Amino acid sequence: MFDYAEYLRLDKLPHIWCYGCGNGIILKGAIRAIDKMGWEKDSVMAVSGIGCSSRATGYLDFNSLHTLHGRAIPFATGIKMAKPELNVIVFTGDGDATAIGGNHFIHAARRNINLTVILFNNNIYGMTGGQYSPTTPKGYFASTAPYGHIDPSFDIVELALGAGATFVARSTVANPREMEKVIHEGLKNKGFSLIEVVSNCHERFGKRNKMKSPYEMIEWIRSRSVSKVKAESMEAEEREGKIITGIFRQETRPEYVETYDELVLKKARGGI
Amino acid sequence: MAGKKEFLIKINLDFCKACGLCYSYCPTKAIGPDKEFRASVVDADKCIGCLQCENYCPDFAIEIEEIK
Repeated sequence: MFDYAEYLRLDKLPHIWCYGCGNGIILKGAIRAIDKMGWEKDSVMAVSGIGCSSRATGYLDFNSLHTLHGRAIPFATGIKMAKPELNVIVFTGDGDATAIGGNHFIHAARRNINLTVILFNNNIYGMTGGQYSPTTPKGYFASTAPYGHIDPSFDIVELALGAGATFVARSTVANPREMEKVIHEGLKNKGFSLIEVVSNCHERFGKRNKMKSPYEMIEWIRSRSVSKVKAESMEAEEREGKIITGIFRQETRPEYVETYDELVLKKARGGI
Repeated sequence: MAGKKEFLIKINLDFCKACGLCYSYCPTKAIGPDKEFRASVVDADKCIGCLQCENYCPDFAIEIEEIK
């Protein structure tokens, strides 16, 4: 009932993602959310780094940029500074945003620059062969953790909250309608918005962890998901290993580009 | 049944990768697997237009349209 074709480069489809890959579900949710905003297609800029998630920009019929590994946010920052009228959306992954581009991520959040970051968290480096990423859960297997992963995983939402993002939310591919809603809220926010979407990688992650099919893995994600309201009434031990979904912060703070422009004007008028 | 909505199930087999998500999530089993585990229409009358298949399909391969 929704016409996705308007927003897609149909000659690039079918996409390269594996069968049942959650990235496609997120891409669809993002398209529906962008459509709700009613923006001109030419006013949207989609930026991505490297990784499975970052292929998304290649399929979207907006102005799009596929950049260096981990550097999607710096490129997006540059675009926003040069052309503040564009609606800049960053498509990135867990490795791209929190490992290789970890510093760029926290500092963009601190500055509160008006970007919307949609982070596809599939718990693994899928494209390169299933090495563990900063979000691989403890105790699970990866190609570089054949005896079980021992590192505690990154809580991306807490990281963004700590860094000062003004909109922080988490959703999963097990709930595409809710995902669409939180992405829409994130797009509306004027400031740095982070939407983490937990995705399924049954090929690289699931097959090493007794979840062979996309259905099994999405149901595994669903079984671990709890809403923020429910999580608040749970004990700390119960919350261990759960995916808490919902909107964690939605507030306003001076936006970076506007503050910068004000400063430039003040200086030009001899105020400083 | 009077006033029952009817839906057209459009499947693009060029895009379908046989992941099985659409028919796994179809609550009325209006769609099911074909010989190659790709999506196929079993009984279009059973479709209630919930769009579960459309929302879960990662490949833009299935589309539900209401017949007016």
